[in-house]
Amino acid sequence: MTLVTEIAILVLAAFVGFEVISKVPNTLHTPLMSGTNAIHGIVVLGGLLLMHEANGVLEHFLLVVAIAFGTINVVGGFLVTDRMLGMFKRKEVPKPEEIEASEGDAK
Amino acid sequence: MIAPAVFLQRANFIDSLYIVAFSLFIYGMSGLTGPRTAVRGNKIAAAGMAVAVVATLLTPHVLSGGSTPWLMALGVAIGVAVGVPAARRVQMTQMPQMVALFNGVGGGAVAIIAWVEYRHHFAPGYFPLKSEIPTLFAAIVGSVSFWGSNIAFGKLQEILPGRPIKLPGQTIINGVLFAICVVSAIVLATGTHSQALFIVGILLAAALLGNMVVLPIGGADMPVVISLLNAFTGLSAAATGIALNNTALIVAGMIVGASGTILTNLMAKAMNRSVPAIVAGGFGGAVAAPTAGDIDRGPVRSTSPQDVAIQLSYARQIVIAPGYGMAVAQAQHAVRELERALEARGVEVKYAIHPVAGRMPGHMNVLLAEADVPYDLLREMDDINPEFSRTDVTLVIGANDVTNPAAKNEPGSPIYGMPILEVDKSGAVVVLKRSMASGFAGIDNPLFYDAKTSLLFGDAKQSVSEITAEVQAL
Repeated sequence: MTLVTEIAILVLAAFVGFEVISKVPNTLHTPLMSGTNAIHGIVVLGGLLLMHEANGVLEHFLLVVAIAFGTINVVGGFLVTDRMLGMFKRKEVPKPEEIEASEGDAK
Repeated sequence: MIAPAVFLQRANFIDSLYIVAFSLFIYGMSGLTGPRTAVRGNKIAAAGMAVAVVATLLTPHVLSGGSTPWLMALGVAIGVAVGVPAARRVQMTQMPQMVALFNGVGGGAVAIIAWVEYRHHFAPGYFPLKSEIPTLFAAIVGSVSFWGSNIAFGKLQEILPGRPIKLPGQTIINGVLFAICVVSAIVLATGTHSQALFIVGILLAAALLGNMVVLPIGGADMPVVISLLNAFTGLSAAATGIALNNTALIVAGMIVGASGTILTNLMAKAMNRSVPAIVAGGFGGAVAAPTAGDIDRGPVRSTSPQDVAIQLSYARQIVIAPGYGMAVAQAQHAVRELERALEARGVEVKYAIHPVAGRMPGHMNVLLAEADVPYDLLREMDDINPEFSRTDVTLVIGANDVTNPAAKNEPGSPIYGMPILEVDKSGAVVVLKRSMASGFAGIDNPLFYDAKTSLLFGDAKQSVSEITAEVQAL
């Protein structure tokens, strides 16, 4: 891919980001920050892509740390967001992870 | 499986999977904009992440080398072992710190990947500028984000003092550090001889910069800082994507960068602060501003749960203004009980939600939602402010700076101009507080000395429970 193509993608993605977020109600700002936070954990792909090219103990060690960090970011981020959002549903069951069959009565 | 591995490894197929992945991110994120679709939106985004990881593992040569898959598995296993219990166990009140920490490790991953990418490409002496510039950008921004987020975590977790920590000439030092980062990066990008340790120097300078930028920022500004660092990590991930020619990274990183910027601005606007002013350190002239001891504001009036219960029970309308104190005391369920007890007596109860009450925007909404408070009772600042004049009693639970009338009346106050909940317009104000200590921003609050204000000292949860018991006994 050429640099120009990639910059075009970058610019379009920026507009998508602005557009999607400008419609979020205040209420959902915390889960949203947490959710977008999980998405940038995608950088874990960089660690995966570079691992086979790594030379020496230092680079291997660094990439294992990078993958671990990225995984914490992704897995932790999505789980925490899910827990937070689970609380926004109006229901009798106290624990959010039980069921999400209550689509209809979400308020 | 019908498709042979050869087909699966075709570049087009993998690129298509990346397109599926980022479409899922965008679709998922638009789901996150409404309470009804948010849970599903988050899951869709997570599914997108799974697709992106699978696509990466299918890329030719990525799994080559005997130890490669094992080292990857090791990294993922460590990440899951740390991330899952942390996410499961964290209390809703500690959510802002958790987000700061998750953001920090993301930034750390970006910085480390940039380091390895640099080492790897530098050795043969060939590193096209198209990859090198984004790599250096990612190294600097990732490192700033990692260290800055850790400091933010330390401040919110109260490992570090929440007050601004300032050095003389802070702004100049930051400027010099930033210049060192940029100049070193330029030297590296234009140099031809081996400078393998140079990148470590850049990472260290950026680390120092991350520390120095966040340390002088007061705890009250922390949500804005976390949001800003979140956007930074997104941008650095996008830069990594350009260096590695990976569309999923570019799109996902940039969306986070863009949305994070918007969120940061929304938050800063709600506090009547500008992002540059926050980053420049502390509350503007905090050193010269009057501190708690400087002005004699007269005595405060303290009250008892019995008196508060009577005040509330015979009111027509009361407003509850929660703040970080409610979060710390885990009082949201007790507050909901009180609301029910009052409603049973025919009192109309509403909640006033300041956009930056607590430590993050929407923090109070999350906590009150946890306690099953219906959405329609939560009123945003602009909706509730005209209501205060019709309100008999306002119950301020652990909120301080967001109710501080000095923001309107005292041009010398560091928070002058910040929009506040105008609780002082209501008939009476009851403030639940642990002690007379000032708020997170470290600013005295004249509301407490107002003639119609009474204070109930003690743990918010216990105080609210006692009031509820008294209301039910009446």
